[in-house]
Amino acid sequence: MSFRDDKIQEIKKSLLVSIWFMFLTFPIMVIRVNPIEKAVEWRWENMLVVGIGSFLLSFVWRYMLKKKEAGEKRAEIGESGNTFLIQKILEEPRFCIPLLITLTIIAVAFPFIFSMYQTNIMTTALMYVVLGLGLNIVVGLAGLLDLGYVAFYAVGAYCYALLNHHFGLGFWSVLPIGAVLGFIFGILLGFPVLRLRGDYLAIVTLGFGEIIRLVLENWNEFSFGPSGIANIDRPAFWDFQFSLQNATIYLYFLMIGLTLFTIFVVNRLQNSRIGRAWIALREDETACQAMGIDKTRTKLTAFALGATWAGMVGVIFAAKTTFINPASFTFLESAMILSIVVLGGMGSILGVIIGALILILLPEYLRVFSDYRMLLFGAIMVIMMVFRPQGIITNIRRRYKFNE
Amino acid sequence: MEYFFELILGGLTRGSIYALIALGYTMVYGIVELINFAHGEIYMIGAFTALIFTSVLTLLGFNEIAVIVLASLLAVIYSSAYGYTVEKIAYKPLRNAPRLSPLISAIGMSIFLQNYVLLAQTSDFLPFPNLIPEFEFIKPYRHIIGSPEIIILLTTSIAMVLLTFLIKFTRIGKAMRATAQDRNMAMLVGVNVNRVISITFIIGSALAALGGVLIASHVGQINFYIGFIAGIKAFTAAVLGGIGSIPGAVLGALVLGLTESFATGYVSSDYEDVFAFGLLVLILIFRPAGILGRAAAQKV
Repeated sequence: MSFRDDKIQEIKKSLLVSIWFMFLTFPIMVIRVNPIEKAVEWRWENMLVVGIGSFLLSFVWRYMLKKKEAGEKRAEIGESGNTFLIQKILEEPRFCIPLLITLTIIAVAFPFIFSMYQTNIMTTALMYVVLGLGLNIVVGLAGLLDLGYVAFYAVGAYCYALLNHHFGLGFWSVLPIGAVLGFIFGILLGFPVLRLRGDYLAIVTLGFGEIIRLVLENWNEFSFGPSGIANIDRPAFWDFQFSLQNATIYLYFLMIGLTLFTIFVVNRLQNSRIGRAWIALREDETACQAMGIDKTRTKLTAFALGATWAGMVGVIFAAKTTFINPASFTFLESAMILSIVVLGGMGSILGVIIGALILILLPEYLRVFSDYRMLLFGAIMVIMMVFRPQGIITNIRRRYKFNE
Repeated sequence: MEYFFELILGGLTRGSIYALIALGYTMVYGIVELINFAHGEIYMIGAFTALIFTSVLTLLGFNEIAVIVLASLLAVIYSSAYGYTVEKIAYKPLRNAPRLSPLISAIGMSIFLQNYVLLAQTSDFLPFPNLIPEFEFIKPYRHIIGSPEIIILLTTSIAMVLLTFLIKFTRIGKAMRATAQDRNMAMLVGVNVNRVISITFIIGSALAALGGVLIASHVGQINFYIGFIAGIKAFTAAVLGGIGSIPGAVLGALVLGLTESFATGYVSSDYEDVFAFGLLVLILIFRPAGILGRAAAQKV
């Protein structure tokens, strides 16, 4: 077959895809009905967009599939896989140290240069970095797909809100309580699901997350129901209460501190005995047990340590927004944190940080995207799994080379 | 006592609808060992398509029966097409990937489809016309059973019988069973595995669409989010009965429907979903193989 025929074949395929998608999206995209007024709106221009869009995207799709297959073949022969540019830069110490210094300067100067609004967004992004790192322990390292992670976040947030509301406890005394409560809930969830494998585990954790949210929504005497809890105190410095602006800056630095602390701890955990046990558990449960690793303890510590971070960030979330209600803790929140981990690269600390910054900051700054935010999250999860399951930053595993 | 019977009937109706969706889950799981998270969304798209075509066809002046038949048919066709496409895009490239990958991909697909409908249509609840006709002969017994209940129970029973027949006695059913047992071996003896998987998704989606049309006419309103809860509950039903088993899915769905009905009737309607999730968690902990399922030994 000649080169020309190939091209024609490709175009034919894309045309078919395009026609198929125009057919597929016809009722949902083109027609919009208003059953109350009995009016029907026809939006034919959408069909054109879908047609052209899918025509072009199908080329990209097939090209990327081919590239992936080629990559797999190369990996089989033994050549090292393709790495991203960022990774190459970071491996070079010449770039690494100046980069770190610039990042530190930017991080410190950020709230003094930019407005309070920007600082707030950055604080949120940092919160997701910590949440992502926490979930990364469970999903990335131990390979346990936890779809109810937001439940621990809710536990932390409600812990601070309720203790503050009823007993007037301050932020700093509740922060460790939130962490401990997260830890305890992690174990509570961990115990029953110990025997479950991958997909069952995912569903049970999802169910658990939904149960917590539904209880918070319906148990009015305890959690004040859907109306939530308002007027939660902002964090104070000993007895000194900040003004609104200073409190924002204070929270920002607090988050920077927590993020650094998290990175430090997770990094140490990853290279510890327990961290390697998690990775072994992820790779093969049976083999891991055969090697004498205590499966129960390994799984429970993964759940508990992952949940601890969510509990802490929950406390900070309540302190930051000063108002919480169950609507902040839906399944979509869990899915969002999961897509951060998936996009960044499961098991990779740097990847999760980059993933969180991309997914939280991008929709904030590109307003066009903010409507399509969840649509993009869904698409990213599918596309990443199909084309680059290891995420933006591949987690580099230690290897021992035998030099002859 | 009458209240008790009312609850039983309500539970059976509810359970029958869960069964239609659960059959799709169980078939897909039996064959590719994947929880098709997007299945609930297929059901939602079925309901939306039916609503859209009902309105359009009514405006075009078709008579009532024609509208009902055509709209349901189109809903089934479109849902099948969506199921087929979802499989091709999100699951087929991941056939040999680690187990976690297709699951995450499925969750992504589910979120994508939800937001696709949200953005292209609306986030509000839309009223859904009652497509189920009133039967004359049932009128005297209205206080016990209505025609929606009868239609729903009938549809589910017929669907289950046909499906069992299809899997037990036809050529494609044999191919499905072979694929479920051992995909590579089936390939070796000449089963077109990709085709079998596609057909499984198409049948599952068609059933989900039927469920979508029935429940939407029964409840009377839909929005983009109905697929999520319905999907989780149908999955609960499938697991309850033993995932991979077709009679199990129906049995599990009926048990779940009755549980929910009694829980809301006698305890509190606020915690309806909590009971469903609680049941799921309990079943998975104490009997992960389900009521009719057999515990499979893990292959090493």
